[in-house]
Amino acid sequence: MQLATGRAPLFPLPMLITVALFMSTPLWITRVGLYQYLALEIMIWVLFAMGYNLLLGFTGLPSFGHGAFFGIGAYAFGLLQLKVWPNLWFDLGGAVLVTSALGALVALFISHRRGIYYALLTIAFGQVFWFVANKWSSVTGGEDGLLNIKRLPADFGFVSFSLTSNTALFFFSLALFALVLVCLWRLIHSPLGRIFSAIKQNETRAAFVGYNVWLYKWLAFTISTAVAGLAGALFAMAQQSAYPNVMSLHTSGFVVMMVLIGGGLVSFWGPLIGAIFFILARDLLGAYTETWLLWYGLIFMVMVVFKPEGIAGAWQSWRARPRHKSKSPTEAPAAGGAL
Amino acid sequence: MKLFEASGLSKRFGAQVVLQDITLGFEEGQLTGIMGPNGAGKTTCFNVLTGRYKPDRGSVTFAGENITGLSPREIARKGISRSFQIMNLFDSYTALDNVLVATPHVRKQGFNPWRDLGADSKAQALAAAVLERVGLKGKEYVLANSLSYGDRRALEIGVALATDPRMLFLDEPTAGLGAEGTARLAELVKTLKRQLTIVIIEHDMNFLFNLADQILVIHWGQVITQGTPAELRQNEWVRRSNLGALA
Repeated sequence: MQLATGRAPLFPLPMLITVALFMSTPLWITRVGLYQYLALEIMIWVLFAMGYNLLLGFTGLPSFGHGAFFGIGAYAFGLLQLKVWPNLWFDLGGAVLVTSALGALVALFISHRRGIYYALLTIAFGQVFWFVANKWSSVTGGEDGLLNIKRLPADFGFVSFSLTSNTALFFFSLALFALVLVCLWRLIHSPLGRIFSAIKQNETRAAFVGYNVWLYKWLAFTISTAVAGLAGALFAMAQQSAYPNVMSLHTSGFVVMMVLIGGGLVSFWGPLIGAIFFILARDLLGAYTETWLLWYGLIFMVMVVFKPEGIAGAWQSWRARPRHKSKSPTEAPAAGGAL
Repeated sequence: MKLFEASGLSKRFGAQVVLQDITLGFEEGQLTGIMGPNGAGKTTCFNVLTGRYKPDRGSVTFAGENITGLSPREIARKGISRSFQIMNLFDSYTALDNVLVATPHVRKQGFNPWRDLGADSKAQALAAAVLERVGLKGKEYVLANSLSYGDRRALEIGVALATDPRMLFLDEPTAGLGAEGTARLAELVKTLKRQLTIVIIEHDMNFLFNLADQILVIHWGQVITQGTPAELRQNEWVRRSNLGALA
């Protein structure tokens, strides 16, 4: 993924549009035949996909077991709430910490690998976590999962907000989503993000100019699992439960499809497009046929064959079409690239 | 006192002995050429000296410090940089970004997740200066994979130089270049020669004999002879071999 040289705006236009669009959903979503919970779910998946894309799109590390960390976030949130302390901040923070700690542990074992071996190891670890969630019934609730997870109030000391309604939880999640979005945007334009991308392009060269490639790969994985943990915790709140299916291989596959269809390999915004596309396809196609995933799979195949750069790649190609006047390569590209 | 010394280096891959008891040294500020036929072990020698492969036996010292078996990252941080025979660039980055990420200035901030590198004018200026040094001024914002072959070769050296090395290893820098490209590269190396200790593996004997202060000949994984270009021109073995004919 090419990042344009030049100053990146703190709040780029696509970010403002995304947040504004999500913020306005209570005004129009029911009028178009959809519902507020769907917007909440989309946002959580976007969050998960954008964190995942830091690993796949920016660092070039194909984790095919990342659903496990989404699930770990959900379970950790539920367990902390039900067994330790039912406090929103503690449970959310704890879920992120537990997930990133397990992510860091897994990354210790896989960061010396790349390509297919890396992917296979992530699948293997993902399956281990899924198996534990299924079989460790006394803690995880087994196949039934954890039920009765509450939407705890957001207590700021001087004021407390109830998050029991979908709209309230949506706005709470939106605030966290916007915060993470800004952080990820800054990260990809920071030295750390540039090095992640350099490693994706050429690990050997990155090592020979003095970078500890293993450590950066470890860090990319850990950060991305932290975001997955946050998304999983919000998902547990939204669903008021956590169950093994959340961390299944299916979930891992879904997030990969979201990133690839959206164009995460060529754009920061690709996962956002892909996650929206995926959840809408699930709901809209799913209203007509139970085999919606078959049709979605066909769309995925067509996309991989004809436009592997995804929807964002198609948009970039359209924008880069030959025009009458071309820009000199000696000029700096417009700031805030990666779109 | 030599800046870089290797003593008794040996390396084998399975049953095949690639380097056998190699001892060599490079004086500070000198340009040393390494020549030899294909398969002689030149690139393996480079790879052992720069940390890509660990030697089976022997030691390597740089500025008096033992660097035997250190990783490429550790060796790069000590001030040794290299280019590759098969080009190793960050292809999706612009020429400027290729150099930018290699600078110690950026490396020092490597774990900063917040600072906007695009707004770091000092880093940009440093990178632009390196590009100017290797003759790529005006091509800062061209993607590496869109550069001409000769420019990619220059950028390969630019990335190596960006690490601010004390010592530079260049592996067949003229490979694939035409006469004009080779002449441009020779000019660049001449400029660098005054500033750095350089070791070059090269098949273009004219290039090497015109630039080098000292030349080593490697064959069958051993240093079979060494000397100044004038001495090597008189060397019986070199004169009899194809290498001598080219020189």
